[in-house]
Amino acid sequence: MIPGEFTYHRPTTVTQAVAILAEHGDEARPLSGGHSLIPMMKLRMAAPEHLIDLAGVESLKGISEDSGTIVIGAMTTQHEMIHSELLAEKIPIIRETSLLIADPQIRYLGTLGGNVANGDPGNDMPALMQCLNASYVLTGPDGDREVPAREFYEAAYFTALAPEEILTAVRIPAPLAGHGYAYEKLKRKVGDYATAAAAVVLTMNGGTVASCSIALTNVADTPLFAAEASEILTGSALDPETVKRSIAAAEAITEPASDGRGPAQYRTKMAGVMLERAVARAVERATS
Amino acid sequence: MSDIEQIPVTMTVNGKKVQRFVEPRTLLIHFLREDLDITGPHIGCETSHCGACTIEMNGMSIKACTMFAAQANNAELTTVEGMANPDGTLSALQEGFRQMHGLQCGYCTPGMIMRAHVLLKENPNPTEDEIRMGIAGNLCRCTGYQNIVKAIQYAAAKLNDTEFQEAAE
Repeated sequence: MIPGEFTYHRPTTVTQAVAILAEHGDEARPLSGGHSLIPMMKLRMAAPEHLIDLAGVESLKGISEDSGTIVIGAMTTQHEMIHSELLAEKIPIIRETSLLIADPQIRYLGTLGGNVANGDPGNDMPALMQCLNASYVLTGPDGDREVPAREFYEAAYFTALAPEEILTAVRIPAPLAGHGYAYEKLKRKVGDYATAAAAVVLTMNGGTVASCSIALTNVADTPLFAAEASEILTGSALDPETVKRSIAAAEAITEPASDGRGPAQYRTKMAGVMLERAVARAVERATS
Repeated sequence: MSDIEQIPVTMTVNGKKVQRFVEPRTLLIHFLREDLDITGPHIGCETSHCGACTIEMNGMSIKACTMFAAQANNAELTTVEGMANPDGTLSALQEGFRQMHGLQCGYCTPGMIMRAHVLLKENPNPTEDEIRMGIAGNLCRCTGYQNIVKAIQYAAAKLNDTEFQEAAE
C-alpha cells in the first residue's frame, strides 16, 4: 500500500500554506496528523499532487483563553488536549471525548483541526464542537472568516471549507462553571468509530435544567445538533416523560447508514440510549 | 522513475544520525526497513490498526506505517534495536517480556515493547487498567495479552526498584 506521487511542501507560516493551496487548488491537500488522509492516500482514494504538511507552522499549535473563549490551534493534538490543564478546568468534556478516539499512538498525532475539518461523519469532535457551539476560523487568501460548527457540515466529507482555505483554529465559548457534561460513545471495540454517540452539556438551577445542548455523532451524513431535543429539556425538572420526549426528538433527526456497525434502526435506538446515559451523567456532574 | 524530486531527510535513529534522499511518498516504515535495514519495526496491517510498526519519535509512540519519512525530518527515533542497555544486556522491558512469556510468535513484540517504553516514561507506575488502555493500539493474536500486561508490570517494578508480585490467576 504505497501512495501515489506528490510534491511535499513544509511551510512555516499560514500565509505560505494558503499561498501554496491557492496556487494548486484541488490538486493540493493540507496534512495535519495524517491519520485520515494517509490511509486514504495508501488506498489511492486520495491522490493529491501537492501535500502541504502543516507541522512546521508553529502558530497553529496551542491552547489559550481569550476573554471567556477557549482558542485551540488547529494542529493541537488529541494527546495535548488530554493533558491540557486549561481544558481540564474549563471544558473537561473535550478530554473525555479525546480519550475515546482511536488509540494512544494515533492520539499523539491526530489533531483537532484535522478531526473537525475532514468532514468524516465518524469523527467525534464535530458533534462535540456543535454541542459546545464552537466556531471554526477559516483562513484563505483574503484573510479569516468564522463559521459556526453548527453550520459547517454539508454532507459526508463536504463542508463550508473552500479549497483555498485552511481551518486554522477552533474558538469555543467556555461553558459556565459548574456545568454538567458527558460524551457517551457506543463502539464495537477500543479505537472504533461510534455506532452512535451523544454529547451533552447542561447547567442546572436547583432541580431545573437552566440550559442544555445536545449533539450526536455518526448517525447521519453529518454531525447533528439536536436543537429540539435540547429545547425540550431546557426548563424541565427532568421528569421521565420529558426526558423521553427529548430522546424521541433526537432519534427523529437521525438518518444512520446500515453497515458493519448495525442496521439503521438499531443505530437510531442506540443514539437514544447514549443520549439518555449522557443526560443522566451530565446531571450528576452539574454543581450549579 | 518519474520527475518527482527526491528530498533530503535527516534524523537520529537509535542515537545515530542518518541522512538520505527519499521520494516524498516513502512511508517511514519502508524507510526504516528498506533504506536503513532496521527491521525491528514490523509491517502488520499497514492500516494503523495493529501497532506492529510502533516506534518512539520525539518521546511519542507513533505508527511508522502512517507517516511519511519526510514528516520525521529532524526527529529523534528509537526502535526496538535501540532498547537494550548500553552494555548489551536486556532492558527492563525486554527482560520482562522474556521472564513473563510476553510473546509467542513475536510479531507484535517490537511494537508492544516500544509502546510500553513510552507508556512507562509517562506513567512509571501504571495500574493494570492503565496498561491495557495504554497498549490499546497494539494487537496480539497469540497471548491474550495477559502475559504482556505482566511483562510491563515486571518492567515497571524493576524500573521503580520495587518488588514484582505476580497477580494470582
